[in-house]
Amino acid sequence: MAQTVQTIIPNLIEKHHQSLLDEWQACLKRDGGPSGQTTEAQLTDQSRRFLAELRRGVSGKRFDDLSGREWDSTRSLLDEVAGERAVQGLSPSETAVFVFSLREPLFALLRQELSDVGVLARETWTASLLIDKLGLYAIDSYQKGRESVIRRQQEELLELSTPVIQLWDGVLALPLIGTLDSARTQTVMESLLERIVSSGAEVAIIDITGVPTVDTLVAQHLIKTVSAARLMGADCIISGIRPQIAQTIVHLGLELDVVSKATMADAFALALRRVGKMVTARAQATQGGE
Amino acid sequence: MGEIPILKIGDCLLVSIQVDMHDQMALALQDDLTIRIVQTRARGVMIDISALEIVDSFIGRMLNNIAGMSRVLDAVTVVVGMRPAVAITLVELGLTLTGVRTALNVDKGLALIRRIIDDDAGDLRAGRK
Amino acid sequence: MRGTSVPVESSETMPVASSEDVVRVRQAVRGKAVAAGFSLVDQTKIITAASEIARNTVDYGGGGTLTVETLREGARRGVRLVFVDQGPGIADLDRALSDGYTSGSGLGLGLGGAKRLCNEFAVKTAVGKGTIVTLARWR
Repeated sequence: MAQTVQTIIPNLIEKHHQSLLDEWQACLKRDGGPSGQTTEAQLTDQSRRFLAELRRGVSGKRFDDLSGREWDSTRSLLDEVAGERAVQGLSPSETAVFVFSLREPLFALLRQELSDVGVLARETWTASLLIDKLGLYAIDSYQKGRESVIRRQQEELLELSTPVIQLWDGVLALPLIGTLDSARTQTVMESLLERIVSSGAEVAIIDITGVPTVDTLVAQHLIKTVSAARLMGADCIISGIRPQIAQTIVHLGLELDVVSKATMADAFALALRRVGKMVTARAQATQGGE
Repeated sequence: MGEIPILKIGDCLLVSIQVDMHDQMALALQDDLTIRIVQTRARGVMIDISALEIVDSFIGRMLNNIAGMSRVLDAVTVVVGMRPAVAITLVELGLTLTGVRTALNVDKGLALIRRIIDDDAGDLRAGRK
Repeated sequence: MRGTSVPVESSETMPVASSEDVVRVRQAVRGKAVAAGFSLVDQTKIITAASEIARNTVDYGGGGTLTVETLREGARRGVRLVFVDQGPGIADLDRALSDGYTSGSGLGLGLGGAKRLCNEFAVKTAVGKGTIVTLARWR
């Protein structure tokens, strides 16, 4: 249930703005200080803005509900603070300390200003709940920040690990290393199709020597890739079928509607025939050599 | 005649789909093509979709229909110029273009039609040679 | 579905009652997808899904409306589409969702296919009570 009881916290913050800020900075420094690449000046700036936001948020009618509109800019600020620390790879507690270290000076201020024990208890409780909620929000935001960093790194890694090689005019090779999940399949398809367009290739050899297991899902992903290449006018050959893989495919009853070969060499030979080329021996060297 | 022009190149018909088609246009195209295939005794039908950013199940069915009618009239249908994003989406959608051969562009499409008609194809699909 | 707790950045409602409307739906969804910074493949997927459902709305639902919204959750951006019609409803939803396409013969509502193109997909329908299809794709 939302509290509509007023609190003196906004007035306190306004009245003792500077000393509260100084005390908070002192606690921050003691508990860890500006970490990573955040400079002291930046930290002070963020702290000052946070106090201003806090005062505004707490003055609202439903100040204990952080999802409310009056807390929008506070949440943005915490997103900014947490986001910075997430990108720098700091720990969640280093992020949370930004909010939690405000507790000590705030409580001290309350003790200093309030003589009525009942009121002091109530205000301290309010302040404590608020700091907890804000701190937890900062941690959640940090977590989301970390997740997006990881996601971006994964994407970059995916791109690095799917090279498309041109073996000959009109023949591409795509060596797959590692497991083939749906995210990887998307990247693989995009790389392969783009290369088909730019090289005008009519044959793509997909080598799965480096794919540890082929189960129903992996087979589906392979078939998707083959189908997509076919829609672009390129036929596919799967190469690198190890004996165990061949057995698994039959065992699982997988229908791979595509030519498959054990080795890349065999696949390449077939591909050359398909594009109308053949390999012949050079004429013998004449006397005198070359 | 419908709004989509049908060009004759030798014994092939070329249709270039440039606009975001709606239903009546698609139906008109199917009708026109069938008539033209018979009129010109075309052996190949090439549909250039390089301008299409979206191919949904409706267009897919249209392509399948055209391929079906062509086959009955002993003509080969080749779809050319599919964009990578469209190919990836079609595969995800699970839409198979049955009886439709594909090629990267018009040149390759014509070459493919020649190969099929002249029965010289090095077909890599499983089950064939 | 995450529903109303995700902040909606912009919203636009349009009629979906004719085949010209289907073309307009594609254009509107493209606009929103581009504005949300979608990659080309992601754009193509959501526009294609929208095209499928829009056709259903016209062909089977007796016409209806579409509300296109752009969403933002932190750094993530998304596009959500809500198709509403007062048509006959879908009798066997499970089957409609699982069918995909049956050899292009024209049967099947294509719901399964559209679902595969989206991150979020929900259908609310009852015989005689109309249909609401909500789909969303995130960057």
